[in-house]
This record gives sequence, structure tokens and C-alpha cells, in this order.
Amino acid sequence: MKYDVAVIGAGVVGSLITRELSKYDIKVALLERCNDCAMGSTKANSAIVHAGFDAVPGTLKAKLNVRGVELMKKTCKELNVPLKNNGALVVAFSDEEIPHLNELLERGVKNGVPELRVIGKDELNELEPNIGETAVGALVAPTSSIVCPYELTIAGVENAVSNGAEFLRNCEVTAIDYVDDEFKLSTTLGEITAEYVINCAGVHSGEIASLIGDNSIEIVVRHGDYYLLDKSQGSLVSRTIFQCPSKMGKGVLVSPTVDGNLIVGPSAEDIDSGDDVATTPIGLDKIYVNAIKSVPAVSLRNAITSFSGNRAHPTSDDFIIGSSEANKKFINAAGIESPGLSSAPAIAEMVDGIINELSGGFTKKTDFDPIRPEPVRFRHMSTEERAKLIEKNKAYGRIICRCETITEGEILDAIHAPAGARDVDGVKRRTRAGMGRCQGGFCGSKVVEILARELGVEMNEITKFGGESKIMYHKTK
Amino acid sequence: MKKNLICVSCPLGCPIEVEIENGEVVAVIGNTCKRGDSYARTEITNPMRSLTTSVKVCGGVHPVVPVKSSGPVPKGKMFDCMEAINAACAKAPVKIGDVIIKDILGLGVDIIATNCDEGK
Amino acid sequence: MLNYDLVVVGGGPAGMAAALKAKEEGVEKIVILERAETLGGILEQCIHTGFGLHYFGEELSGPEYAGRFIEQVENTDIDVYTDTMVLNISDSNVVTAVNNKEGLMQFQAIAVVLAMGCRERPRGALSIAGSRPAGIMTAGTAQKYVNIDGYMPGKKVVILGSGDIGLIMARRMTLEGAEVKVVCELMPYSGGLTRNIVQCLDDFGIPLRLSCTVVKTHGKERLEGVTIANVDEKLQPIPGTEEYIECDTLLLSVGLIPENELSKDVGVELDRVTSGPIVDEYRETLHPGIFACGNVLQVHDLVDYVTEESQIAGKGAADYIFGKKKGGTFINTKGINGVRYIVPQRVNIEGEESLKLYFRVGQVYKGAKVVVECDGNILSSKKKVKLAPGEMENVVITPEMLKNMNENSEIVVRVEE
Repeated sequence: MKYDVAVIGAGVVGSLITRELSKYDIKVALLERCNDCAMGSTKANSAIVHAGFDAVPGTLKAKLNVRGVELMKKTCKELNVPLKNNGALVVAFSDEEIPHLNELLERGVKNGVPELRVIGKDELNELEPNIGETAVGALVAPTSSIVCPYELTIAGVENAVSNGAEFLRNCEVTAIDYVDDEFKLSTTLGEITAEYVINCAGVHSGEIASLIGDNSIEIVVRHGDYYLLDKSQGSLVSRTIFQCPSKMGKGVLVSPTVDGNLIVGPSAEDIDSGDDVATTPIGLDKIYVNAIKSVPAVSLRNAITSFSGNRAHPTSDDFIIGSSEANKKFINAAGIESPGLSSAPAIAEMVDGIINELSGGFTKKTDFDPIRPEPVRFRHMSTEERAKLIEKNKAYGRIICRCETITEGEILDAIHAPAGARDVDGVKRRTRAGMGRCQGGFCGSKVVEILARELGVEMNEITKFGGESKIMYHKTK
Repeated sequence: MKKNLICVSCPLGCPIEVEIENGEVVAVIGNTCKRGDSYARTEITNPMRSLTTSVKVCGGVHPVVPVKSSGPVPKGKMFDCMEAINAACAKAPVKIGDVIIKDILGLGVDIIATNCDEGK
Repeated sequence: MLNYDLVVVGGGPAGMAAALKAKEEGVEKIVILERAETLGGILEQCIHTGFGLHYFGEELSGPEYAGRFIEQVENTDIDVYTDTMVLNISDSNVVTAVNNKEGLMQFQAIAVVLAMGCRERPRGALSIAGSRPAGIMTAGTAQKYVNIDGYMPGKKVVILGSGDIGLIMARRMTLEGAEVKVVCELMPYSGGLTRNIVQCLDDFGIPLRLSCTVVKTHGKERLEGVTIANVDEKLQPIPGTEEYIECDTLLLSVGLIPENELSKDVGVELDRVTSGPIVDEYRETLHPGIFACGNVLQVHDLVDYVTEESQIAGKGAADYIFGKKKGGTFINTKGINGVRYIVPQRVNIEGEESLKLYFRVGQVYKGAKVVVECDGNILSSKKKVKLAPGEMENVVITPEMLKNMNENSEIVVRVEE
């Protein structure tokens, strides 16, 4: 298999880079070691498009965050991904923390973040009546938004594939050689050659770079636990509520999600393995204690799930984006921790620039279509719209997930979309089937049945998320 | 000798005390119905259990159809019965009450369907 | 718009019994809307026996119990839509439903019976730490895989929670060749029926560990093991008691929650303890013309009681449709001293028939008395050999007892040790 560009890692960064490159008349492959895209850090993070006041002025993080916020609106519009500009507050819980707010304000102004201001207790209580009593003031960042990171990633990959890029799942890169001006990648799917390689392997980007002898990237895996609460809690706050940051990150946040749930987290802990995404009792406890400081009404009785994610923290403290010292045609987009999601469209733009400079400029396709069609969302439709939809296609009349009102038609769409779902979690991330109160208790087996039928395999071959994550074993009889 | 049992004849789960002399049940106390009395007596001498499971359906809408034993089987024979049931196949259409295996293992009870499958 | 006298939401044992009773009472146009492919509800996958002893005087399996009602429904002119999901109920009792044959349908009803059943509490509500591999599921989901789909969801199994579904699945998985290593129960007592502990666990030598929970799950893709630990009186894990158990499957049987999303949308007021609607003795909710019965009203342990309750709702709905529903003075019932809740929550003191108050206790009692009183007068007092949270109890209220009550009275049920 021969490509002009091989992008390693189908997280949000790899997705948007691949989409960017699918504009050109070249062969692009997106290599993903898992059974689906958005399976690493992208799957489990705070889902915030940060305003950009947090990063140190002059860093790539600062530059790309602010640019990313600008680009995000267009990206989400083209990809039909919901983006909600809900604003954010950094809350001070003592007078000693007030200078910190001013520091963030100053930083934000330097970074070019618009509309920032510090407010006192009264105005804060007016904006967010459920905030903790000990709050004394806050920094308001009206340009902060929320977005679903895996929805953005899936949409990006879908659009890239529609425009001719190839998505190769279960394709783990184990070795890279450079011979005859070409990279030869040994992968679990066989040998892949490419003129350019882009490394966006998240927590594994250091290991991928070292395959070409670039040992400059040092990644520490920082682990964070989250709680997701029921939609009944989704309106406790309307903005994203941060606490004053510490050395380990931005602290525990409480935020609505675009789907109307409430997300609480993360804890922060450095761990050894990039693949260990087990939640820890201490992590979960810590979140709760901190969350109720911000919003005392947060009740874990309404938790529908807890999960954890790993962030790729570069020891250099800044994003690592650019040609590798070992080979200029190997481009790193590594160490993408927070504000990575916010910066992703800008990282894609930057990498696009770098690779075009190296290649002397790729030719643009005439038929590139930046629009990813909006998926059918039965749950958001009026009765009339629903009736019309079912008239056209009866599959939209069969409800599979009763908690989230997801139809068989939507599940079929998710499976048959470009780079569509191959496993139960893939269906869940694309449609929300199984994401509600019962967490797939009722619809799980129906989703397995539909996947098996559509993919032409037995039910016991269907996995939760690829690999050995089989849901059932042998037939009983 | 006294032995305490919980009657499993019905969901009430009556606690029963059985008095045994020379291997013979001489008294049953605590049961609230006749079934409890007979349960206690057989439980001491030869414990019996109803068996419910499923059996493969050939040509059915579903891959399996539920079955039960028409009466209790000796507790110690349950896995032997399972083996025989797992080797059997009900032919659709299946109706509730259809005998799937007659006189399983010569125990004097039948394996009968407890749901229907109209077939494809 | 389709016009019906009665729309029944849910075709399980509750919905069928309510519809049949209403039919018997003379209601003409009745429709049952069922989300599954067949009538029968959760009974279809409950292939064990133990159903029907009270109602039919014989021991039936779930599908057999359901089958008797399905047959009766088929012999009436009650309309049935299966594979049909109700999307909402309007304030004026218009029920909107959808399926893949008829598409979107709207039913104008005079009365509605809610009989949607309940769902299992998922892992998320428990906050067990650890990885999220395949192999962690509710006992009911596993029951569907084994009994309906014919697949084994695991080989080495740990079960958390000793509710009846968990116990039944311990036996079911064992019979199908799996090894059930242990059943852990957070509380110091089991939430299941004693007979199920005997015939589902003891018979197969499966240990039941009380005051014990799963604190961590292990394994990346498929579950590889769990860490269990004992808990103290506050139900908190005791450090140092952790034990690793190798398993590929964790079944959760940690409680059932009535499915009242539709009820909430139409504004039916719920009881905070039962999570089901607040109803009067006719099982009418506080929303006129909307009735509720079965597990959507309160989680039952015996389907026989579901049938009994649903017939009351069916009769109530019929009376409502015919404009015969008895007006009167409704007073509240209240459980105290160990009585967690009472259904019905409201009683008509002008009622002319005896009625039963159903309740559950919060802990295990031996030899305690159940006392019913009103305004300081003891109405009845009965000694019980055993009271347990897993078993629903009832007390009878006769019209004589109601005679001296007024609109400010309150019927109180309590446990006296």
C-alpha cells in the first residue's frame, strides 16, 4: 500500500489533519491501531473549547488555542457538529486567589482572548446561582465553548474519507524505515509506504517518533477521572466552571455538555502506561470533594457513568509541532494535551502549512467537499418531521435505544457511513445508543444483533471496542 | 436429630424444622402447606428439583426455546439432564406444552416447551 | 388521530392484566402498545419457574404465565401494536407512538394505563473504579443473551448484588457450564427471596458474601478480574480486606428503577421512595385519567401481585371511562419506623370496599409486629415471623376502619419490634 502521506493516530488531531490534506490531489491514509477513531485521549477529556487565557503567552499552546477557537466555528459548521458557546468562569474561592484571576486576565489579553473580565461575588451569583457560597469572584471568558470531542473526530474522519482519504483501522505501526526517499511502515496490516509521515499518536507519539530515531519527544501520561451525570443535572450551571489552576492542570471543572449532561472532573495523576484507563477510587473521590466546592448541588446519585482519560503531557510543557530533527518529512504533532481539542483545527492548519512548504505545494482537488452531511437526529425532531422521515424510511420508526430515543435507521446510518461503526461503542459514540440512563442494558443486545446482521457476522464476533473485547462467547446450544 | 431447611416449593420460602430418627422423618414443623411437608421429606431422603433451561429450535424464529421438566428431577441428575437437553433439538413450530424429550434419562419426567416458536 | 377509550402503555403482565380487566368491565376500544416484538414483557426471558402460585395456584415459568394472558388478549378485540415505542403522552391524553410498519401514530385516549415496567440500575450509578472492558453487564442483559439470543456472555462469573435476577442468573449460568465464583451483596442481608438463595446458590455451592462489594474491575479489552472487599456498617470498603478474583464476567443485580420518563414528561407526580407515581386505591395518578400499575408503580418481587394490582388499575380506568369513578375524600398513607413506603399513597375514606396497602420494610425483622394506626387509634396489629426488604408485604384496610376518619386523618403503618 503506497501513499503520499500517512497520518498516524486517529484522534481529533489526526482526524482534522487528514481532513485538511484530503483537499489535495494526493493519497492520504489515516492509520489507527484501534477498531475506531477517537479511542485515546480524544475519547475522554473535558470537552471544552477553551477561550485561551490559560497558556503562557508566546507558546504554541497560546497561539494555536486562540486561532483554534476562531477556526472551530467554521470547522463545526462544515462538519455539522454541535458547538455551544456557553462561556466559562474561573472561580476564586478566597481573597488570596483573586490575584490569580487578574494574572489569568492579563495572560488572556496578551494571548489575544477577547471580552475577558473579572467580576465580584454578586455578579457571579447572578450569572450562576448554584455556585458555592465560598466563591468570592471569577474571571469571565465569554468565548469559551463546549463540543463533543469524539463527534468532532468522527465527523472529521468521515469527511476526509468522503473526500478520498483512507481510514485504516487495527493498523498499529511497529517499525518505520526510511529507504529510497520513502518511509516504509511495518504495521499490523502489512507494509505501508509513504513520502510523508505525520505523527499524531497522542500518548504514544514519543514511541512513534523514536521509530525513526527521534528521541526528543518525552511524554508523561497524565491520568484524569471524570463523572458524567444524568441530564436532570445538566442545567445546574450554564457555563463551564473552573477552579484556579494548580501545577497539575486546570483543577476540577463542572460543565454542561452539548448533549445536556453534566461533566465533572478531572482528577490528575501521572501514570506509567498510556493505555491504562482505569478509574481510581481516590481519583473519583477527589473529583467529588472539589466539585461540590464549585457547585454544592452536584449529586453523584445522578451519575450515569464514570470514565477516565489519559493526556499526553510533554515534559517540554508545550505542543511539539513541526518536522522531526531526524527526518524533515516526518512531522510531529505531539504532546497535545489541553488545550489540544481547542487547538486541533489550528494544528491541522499549521501542519498543512508545513507539509505544503516541504512539498512545494500540493494541487487542490476540484471536487473537495468540506461539508459532512448532518446525521439524522430523530430525538431532536418535531412530530411532523418524524412522521415524514419514517414515511421515507421505515427503519427510523423502530426505536432501539429507549433512553435516548435512537432509531434503527440512525444505527444503520452509523454503520454504513464512511469510516462507519464496527463495534458497539462505535455505534454508541455515533448515535448515543446506550448512552442514557440504562447504559445499554436494554438496547445493547439489539445493537449487537444489528451490527452482526449488517456486517454479516455472528453475534459473538461483535466486540465492544475491537480486539478481544467480545461481548459474548459460544452459543449455548 | 433436627435439621433446618428452607422450603423452595414456592416463593414464600418457609423455614422448616425436620425431626429425623434412624434416617426416618418423624416430624415436619414450620411449613404452611402440604407441599412444604412433602418437600421436607424428600429433601432429607432424595432431594428433587425442577429444571428449567432452553433447547435449540430448528427452523425457529428464535435460536432457542425455553423448556422445563414436567416434574422435579433428582438434584444429582440435573447436569446429566442438561447434557441430554443440550444435545436435543425442538422442531418449529413449537407450542407451549409440547414434549421435547419424553421420559428424560428414564427419570419418568418429560422436558416440555414453555414458550412457543411459530417457525420461520 | 386514532380514538380509543383506553390506551395501555406496555404489554407485559401489568399492561395485559389491566387491559383484560377493563375489557371485562365493558370498555370497548382498548389498545396495548408494546415496545418489544411480542407481548409478555420481561417474563419472556424469565424462563425459570415460580410464577403464578398465588394467582393460578400452580407453578409456571415466565413465558407460561405471560402466555396465559397473551392467549386471553388474543381472544378479545383488544388491539395490540408490538415493536411500538411510545414517545410521549400529552396533557390531554394523546399518546404518540412509533413503529416501523405503521410509522408515527397518535392515539386519543379517555384513560391511559402506564405499565412500562422497570429497568436495572447500571454500573455508572455504582462508581466502581477500574477499567471499562467488555464483560460487565446487568444480570437482566445476560439473561436475555442466554435465554433469548442463545449465547453465553461469560465463563467465569462474579455477581454483584443478590437480588432475585442475580440469584436466578447464578443458577442459569452454572447450568449452562459457567463457573460462578461468588455472589457479593453490599448489605448484611440478601435482597432476594430465601428460596432462591437455597436453590440457586446453595444447590451449586456458590458462596454468598454479605457486606461485601466489588471495588475495582481489571482488564483492558475483556474483563480479567475484580477486586472485592468487605464493607463496614456505613457500607464503605474496609481497607485490608481486598481480594482479587479472576473472572471474565461481572453481572450486576443492584436494583431496579421504575421507568417513569413518560410519566414525568406528562407531569405525573412521583413518590420519592418508590420512584413510581403517587396513586390512589384505584391506581389513578394525580393526573386525571392516567393510571399506573406493575413495576412502573413499584418494584414487585412476585408477578402475581402485579396482576392483582393491574386488575385494580384496569377496573379504575374502566370506572373513569364510564364516569363512575368514586369521588370522595382522599387521605394520605404513610410508612414510619421501618416501613419505607406504602402503595397506594392515597385512600378514599368514603370507599365501600376493603383494600390492601402494600409496603416494604428497610431491614430484616424477626418476630416483629406490623401496626396500622390512624389518629392515634390502632386499626390492626399483626405479628410476622419475618419481614425482609426483598419481600413485599401488605395490610388490609376495611371500610369499617375508614368510618371515623376525616379529611385530616392519615393512615400510618409501622413496624414494632
